[in-house]
Amino acid sequence: MSEQEYILLRHRSIPGIDRLDVYRENGGFQAFQKAVKSMTAADVSAEVKNSGLRGRGGAGFPTGLKWSFLPNNIWPHYVVCNADESEPGTFKDREIMESNPFQFLEGVMLCAYGVQANAAYIYLRGEFWPIAQELDRRIKQLEEAGLLGDHLFGTDYSLRLYTHLGAGAYICGEETALLESLEGKLGQPRLRPPFPAVSGLYGKPTVINNVETLTNLPPIIQNGAAWYKSYGTEKSPGVKIFSLSGRVKRPGNYELPLGTTFRDLIYKYGGGIIDDRPVKAILPAGASSSIIKVDEKILDTPMDYESVAGVGSQLGSASVIVVDDTVSMAWLVEKTVNFFKHESCGKCTPCREGTYWMNHLARRINAGKAGPEEIELLNTVANQIAGKCLCALGEFSTMAVTTGIKQFREDFEARARKQSAAASPQPALHPAAEADRAEVGR
Amino acid sequence: MNEILSKYKDEIEQILAKYPVDFKQSAVMPLLYIAQREEGYVTRAAMAEIAEIVGVSTTEVASVAGFYSLYYEAPQGKYRIQVCNDLPCAMRGADEYLKQVCEYLGVAVGETTADGLFTVEAVKCLAACHRAPMFQEMQGDRLTFHEDQTLEKTIAWIETIRSQAGVQGAQP
Repeated sequence: MSEQEYILLRHRSIPGIDRLDVYRENGGFQAFQKAVKSMTAADVSAEVKNSGLRGRGGAGFPTGLKWSFLPNNIWPHYVVCNADESEPGTFKDREIMESNPFQFLEGVMLCAYGVQANAAYIYLRGEFWPIAQELDRRIKQLEEAGLLGDHLFGTDYSLRLYTHLGAGAYICGEETALLESLEGKLGQPRLRPPFPAVSGLYGKPTVINNVETLTNLPPIIQNGAAWYKSYGTEKSPGVKIFSLSGRVKRPGNYELPLGTTFRDLIYKYGGGIIDDRPVKAILPAGASSSIIKVDEKILDTPMDYESVAGVGSQLGSASVIVVDDTVSMAWLVEKTVNFFKHESCGKCTPCREGTYWMNHLARRINAGKAGPEEIELLNTVANQIAGKCLCALGEFSTMAVTTGIKQFREDFEARARKQSAAASPQPALHPAAEADRAEVGR
Repeated sequence: MNEILSKYKDEIEQILAKYPVDFKQSAVMPLLYIAQREEGYVTRAAMAEIAEIVGVSTTEVASVAGFYSLYYEAPQGKYRIQVCNDLPCAMRGADEYLKQVCEYLGVAVGETTADGLFTVEAVKCLAACHRAPMFQEMQGDRLTFHEDQTLEKTIAWIETIRSQAGVQGAQP
C-alpha cells in the first residue's frame, strides 16, 4: 500500500498535509487560485461535469449536473456541505476532515466558486465536535492567508466558510432535513418539489454536496476531467473510499478505483475474514443496504454504481459491512431495524409506526418469543412502509428486512421455531401493550 | 436578565454572525450546546433565554432540544460513557463490552453511578466502526472518542477520572 498514489487520503503518503504550509507546498490551493483568477464559474462547472464525478454521499447523482440546476436569476446562492456522516458502517468523511482537511476545504471553496456562492456552511454531525473545532481554526488560517474573505486575489469574488454542528440525528444526512436543522428547526424532511437547487437554505438556491465529493474537486480542477476519468469505470469514473467493517481482519478506509471487486476489498486489502471463515453476506451501503447473499461469483462483482445495482443492492456511500457465517440474519435485522426505529424523525406515519412495529417483531423473533407467522408479519409491515414516505429513511429501514427474510429465511425460522415448541405461544401484542405488561410484571 | 447572553456575550455574538440577520433561529442548536456546557443539561430557563436571543418561542427551542439526542433536559452523570453497539460495532464485540462496562460500574444502561460521575448509554453509529469497541465521552458540550477499547483500557480511564474527582476507587 505504501507506493499507492492517493487522490483523497493524501495524508497517507504526505505526512503533515493537515498543516497549511505542507498542503501548499504540495500544490494546495493552486486549483482554487486558478479557478478564481482565470476561470469563470461556468468553466469550473463544466470541468466537474466532464469529469463524471458522482455524489459520494450515497445517491451517486452527477455532481456537475446537480450544480447546473441552480437558477441564475435568484440570489444569493448557498453551498452546504453534508458532513453528517451517520450511516452505520461509514467513517470515511471523518478521516478526510481529520487528516486531509485543507483539500476538503479547498473543495468546498471550489464548489462555492462554481455556483457563485459567497457563503458555505459545513454541517457536521454533533459527534464531530472536535473536528469542527479544528476546521474553525483552519478556516481562520485561510482568512489570515488571504485565501478566504473579501475580494479574493484582487477579484470581485468573496467567500466565507462556516461550520455548524448537528446534535445526534441520522435523518439530518437527508438533505432537506439537514437544511431544516441548519435553520434551527427539527431535522425533518421537506416536501419536494421545490428542490434545494431552487429553494434550499433560507429559501435560496442551494447546492448540497458530501465531504468526499467535494474533496475530489481540487485534483479535478488542477489536473482536468480527462485525468480524473482515467480512474474507475466508464459510467462510474474516479476513485472511491470504501469503509470496510464487520467480520474482517483489517477493517478501515480503502481508497480504490470504482470497479474494484468485493473480493479484492475483503481479501487483498481487508486481510480476509476473522478465523478465515466464509463470507455469508455483504451490506455494501451500510445498514440501509439490500443484503447481498454471497457466493464465489458474487465476490467478483465490481464495486461501481451499476454493477452493485446489478446484483440487487446499492453502492450507496460504499460502507461495506461484511457478515460471516457466525452471524444470524435474525440478529442482524434486529440491529438494523432498531437503528431505524431510533432514527425515524416521526414525520411520516408509515415510517414512524412501521419502524416501531418492525423493531418489536424483529426483537421477538430474535429472542425466540415469536411463532413462524410473525416472520411473515414482519415482512408485511416492511412492505407497507416502502414507497410511502417523504424521504428514503422509511425505504432504507425495510431493505435488510425484506432481503434478509427472502434470502435467509432459515435464520429467522431457526429462532422462531423455539417458540413453536413452547407450551403456550403468545401472539404479538402492540408494542406499547407489551411494554405495559412487562412493567407490571405479567 | 438574560443570564446566558450576559455570561457568553462574545461567543454568542460570534455564533450569530455566522447566519444572515433575518435567520437568527439557525443559532438555536449552537446556543443549546452552550446552555448545556456547565451542568450537562439544558434548563427550561435557559431555553427561554435562547428563545429570546433568537426571536422564537420557548416551545420551538424546547422542541429542538427534545428532538436531538445530544441535548439533555435532566441532570445525570458528569461524564457520559456512550458506547456504540450498532451493527458494525456489535459484530466486533460491542454488546459484550457494554455489558462489562456496566457490570464494572454497577449500573444498567441509562443509569448513573452513585458518585454521580458516570452515566452509561448505548448509542447509535458514531463513525468509528473500524475501531470497535469504542465509546464517546460526553462532558457538557465536549465530546471525545475513545476507540479500540478493551475493558482494561476503559477501567484505567474510569479510575483516572475517579482519582481526579477525589473519589475512592471501585468498590469490591
